[in-house]
Amino acid sequence: MIDLTVIWALIIAFAVFMYVVMDGFDLGIGILFPAFAPGEERDQAMNAIAPVWDGNETWLVLGGGGLLAAFPLAYAIILPATYPLIIAMMLGLVFRGVAFEFRWRDPRHRAFWDMAFFGGSLVAALAQGITLGALLQGIHVEGRAYAGGWLDWLSPYSLLTGIGVVAGYSLLGACWLALKVEGSAEDKAFGFARKAAWATILLMGSVSLATPFLAGQYFQRWFTEPMIYWLAPVPLITGAVAFALLRSLGKKHAWRPFMLTLAIFLLGMVGLGVSMWPWVVPQSVSIWDAAAPHRSQVFMLIGVGIVMPLILAYTGWAYWVFRGKVGSHGYH
Amino acid sequence: MFAGLDPQATALVLARMQFAFTVSFHFIFPAFSIGLASYLAVLEGLWLKTGKPLYLDLFRYWLKIFSVAFAMGVVSGLVMSYQFGTNWSVFSDKVGGVIGPLMAYEVLTAFFLEAGFLGVMLFGMKRVGRGLHFAATLMVALGTFVSAFWIISVNSWMQTPTGFEMGPGGQFLPGPSWAAIIFNPSFPYRLVHTVIAAYLTTALVVGAVGAWHLLRDRTNAHSRKMFSMAMWMAALVAPVQIVAGDMHGLNTLEHQPAKVMAMEGHYQSHPDGAPLYLFGIPDDKAQRLDYAVGIPKASSLILKHDPNAPLAGLDTIAPENRPPVWIVFWSFRIMVGIGFAMLGLGLWSVLARTRRRLYEWPMLHRAAVVMGPSGFVAVIAGWVTTEVGRQPFTVYGLLRTADSVSPIAAPAVAASLLAFVVIYFAVFGVGTWYILRLMSAAPEPHEDGPEEDEQAPIRTAGITPAHQPQGGVQ
Repeated sequence: MIDLTVIWALIIAFAVFMYVVMDGFDLGIGILFPAFAPGEERDQAMNAIAPVWDGNETWLVLGGGGLLAAFPLAYAIILPATYPLIIAMMLGLVFRGVAFEFRWRDPRHRAFWDMAFFGGSLVAALAQGITLGALLQGIHVEGRAYAGGWLDWLSPYSLLTGIGVVAGYSLLGACWLALKVEGSAEDKAFGFARKAAWATILLMGSVSLATPFLAGQYFQRWFTEPMIYWLAPVPLITGAVAFALLRSLGKKHAWRPFMLTLAIFLLGMVGLGVSMWPWVVPQSVSIWDAAAPHRSQVFMLIGVGIVMPLILAYTGWAYWVFRGKVGSHGYH
Repeated sequence: MFAGLDPQATALVLARMQFAFTVSFHFIFPAFSIGLASYLAVLEGLWLKTGKPLYLDLFRYWLKIFSVAFAMGVVSGLVMSYQFGTNWSVFSDKVGGVIGPLMAYEVLTAFFLEAGFLGVMLFGMKRVGRGLHFAATLMVALGTFVSAFWIISVNSWMQTPTGFEMGPGGQFLPGPSWAAIIFNPSFPYRLVHTVIAAYLTTALVVGAVGAWHLLRDRTNAHSRKMFSMAMWMAALVAPVQIVAGDMHGLNTLEHQPAKVMAMEGHYQSHPDGAPLYLFGIPDDKAQRLDYAVGIPKASSLILKHDPNAPLAGLDTIAPENRPPVWIVFWSFRIMVGIGFAMLGLGLWSVLARTRRRLYEWPMLHRAAVVMGPSGFVAVIAGWVTTEVGRQPFTVYGLLRTADSVSPIAAPAVAASLLAFVVIYFAVFGVGTWYILRLMSAAPEPHEDGPEEDEQAPIRTAGITPAHQPQGGVQ
């Protein structure tokens, strides 16, 4: 008998991963935006994501909607526990989203909308990163509800994960830009990618070192025999990929830095999975506690099975249509 | 402001205000983009069929407006998908197993479709063939409709819940048939009524823009075409909408009688024919309609098709289950009044056509301009009627609003509400201003699309040698 709850945990993890890498590079470009010169550099940076950002953000709706549908109890606990973060993320995404259109509509206030694009992206990335930390450090649950205060999420650890996500998104954004833009913007993108790569590696390392000391489970999971032998490859491979990334950025490869960054994010996701399993709210609510009724799982799985391949196909097609360098006159 | 309320009650009121505010603001954009996406598909289809550049010009003119409106719909919609968790977590926990899958289907079958093809629709005209581009436009239009299908199904289930079983601890669990949940009793009526409303809202906006430019230059062929198309829509669809609304009302009478009592202002039962109140000041405390002006027995005639049919009033409903009458009574009247005004405009345009004065009747054009935003008012008024009329429940008759709210302290909800109000008015106010500015430019031959707008020098344009972009030349 296949456990649908596990399958749904994997589907939600997949949606979150897709969101993190796809909107990750959108938000990363937003975070780096002010460092690009107004005019051609910024216009190119914007054009690198204008046709795809909406699709990328849809994965966030799937992550949220999917969590409600597949693990309603987790949705009902995590969102109130991180209330100010979620609200801040939403408002950040409002500014980020409208800036795509508004900056073209109003050249006189373009500088303002560019800053809105930057600020919105930064706030959204920071809020997402802090939410991750808040989740990992544990949430105070009583019965079926969040029972903490409204600033419980704030801690040095959650701020560290927040900054880590900002760095990681900047790395994704810089690598994507290095692929899509030309001229001075491309040079800048490679420069930022190197800095962001160092920052990401250091912060990811710090988070990885801090996490086991948060609560008993994480330490046990990673550092007791025989788990330590099984899991040691995760940080080791991550280290090797990070080294390859720095080298590849030095040689200014086209696709390779972006792909290696994706690999780092994937490994980070694996590490996260190892730490959290089988909790959806660590130490309080397991995936089985939070799971939707069996009938809901089956009904949605049919939809996912049929529709997800189509989504991936036409999303891939849309990326293909807008492939290549953005250039200063559009795509070549 | 909330003196006399305990902190929990205050938090509840604030959470309700926040949901009402964010969802009302949000719905303005889909109400427009559902209709406009279809209109764009029609324009592009007519262009492909006839080869007339006029249709392509109109397509591009409205595409620019669509792109701004759609962006605002996306970001305000994202907020909604998390409001259920942030502010209505108990509701989400209890009902998530039933409505969650429907919302997940909305994301899978609608949001991805819209978003995936939007980029090609907006910027891909020179990068894919005409057929493929038209297909992308159709997919976006289809996506807006599919989205309406699922979210209205969710809303209708909350109004007329069916197909569920009760689990331990008050959890709503899906029954054996999902069709029984999706196609709940009020769903077909609400879906038809809402989609037609979106079409009418868009038609009135398009008509107002056409009329505005006809008042300046009645020879502009583009203005004439959009005005004519919009007036056909108003003339043909407004009557259909009134019939659909009436059927929806009868459905509500069957399943949510208390809501109809509030809409009609019937505090008291009328054993031998209830009057149709045209005006009145509801007084919930005294359970009395003051200064009532009504047509005797007309309400029974409309709702029961018999002037002497008895109609129960709110006096038959337990006091703790009564919806607030004042809001429902008046929002309903606003909606219906605007509906009939739309019908009037449509009929006027038919009269103008028979007299061959459609493009030469400034009074008609002025009326169309005034009616331009009326669809939005009617749509919001309609939603207020049905949502406030559902109170004091979130799942009608089964789960109380007061038992659905998150355990968030009042100051946090107040702060977020304030942030939403300030930022929404600022950001969407500016966006609306940009849309009005786009509308104020007369539609012209060789209309630029969003991809080659002069204000967007390079954007994601295709290779456009004929159109030298400003600024970005290396």
